[in-house]
Amino acid sequence: MITVAHYLVIAAVLFSLSVAGIFINRKNVILLLMCIELMLLAVNFNFIAFSRMLGDTQGQVFVFFILTVAAAEAAIGLAILVVLFRNTQSINVDDLDELKG
Amino acid sequence: MITSALFYTFAAILIAAALGVILSRNPVHSALFLVLAFVQSSVLWLLIEAEFLAIVLVLVYVGAVMVLFLFVVMMLDINVEELREGFTRYFWVGAGVALFVVIEVGQVIWYRSQNLEFMVRPESLPADYSNTKELGSVLYTEHVYAFELAAMLLLLAIVAAITLTMRKRPGLKAQDITRQVSVRREDRVRIVSMDSTKD
Repeated sequence: MITVAHYLVIAAVLFSLSVAGIFINRKNVILLLMCIELMLLAVNFNFIAFSRMLGDTQGQVFVFFILTVAAAEAAIGLAILVVLFRNTQSINVDDLDELKG
Repeated sequence: MITSALFYTFAAILIAAALGVILSRNPVHSALFLVLAFVQSSVLWLLIEAEFLAIVLVLVYVGAVMVLFLFVVMMLDINVEELREGFTRYFWVGAGVALFVVIEVGQVIWYRSQNLEFMVRPESLPADYSNTKELGSVLYTEHVYAFELAAMLLLLAIVAAITLTMRKRPGLKAQDITRQVSVRREDRVRIVSMDSTKD
């Protein structure tokens, strides 16, 4: 029998995999963006599971807005990435030291 | 029973796809694994009867965002080998952190599920229940301002993405209509007086 806890565990595993991905692929900006997308997906799993558990559609409305914001974020992130590659010919995080931070 | 089988199948594929995203050597493969992960999540959302969001996930993510990702990944000429440096060194850090997060969250969920509230299966909705209708009736009444704000946000994203990536190429020949129309005679015509008797 599939319960809400099953979905929460799936979301936790997905989230931690994407955290691990951020650690592992810490040089590649594209993969960092993909891991962030995966994290948002895991969060959406939680929202939908709790929305169904409580019988309240507000959670699903929230997921709708998260999807919107994530799409906007991906578009702008990729635009920044393209400009970055045009200027430095690289997407390595280590090359992004122009601000001397 | 068959729901359980479906759930475990698709959940296993989802986890495998997520592993593929973070471990594969080629960014194109990562993007394709991410597409697989989104499709599997959409199926899982269908199983928990969130049909509208499942369809939106396929349409918006697989159809638009991931195509954008693939487009950018294939457009950029990336030196993969250089980006893979230090992979094994950070692999164990990442794996450790991931294991830590899983154990923590799992413990919390397990602890909370002792009081049986979480273990209740959400009751199946009646056959004539429309998830889309239900969401729409909330979205266009209670959350209408947030909805319009989301529309503005998408417009802002379009404008920002275009202004970021647009560039003026040097040496491009283009008409400037304003300058052409507002030109005066003195700008173009030069009267040269020459000595007519010169031989």
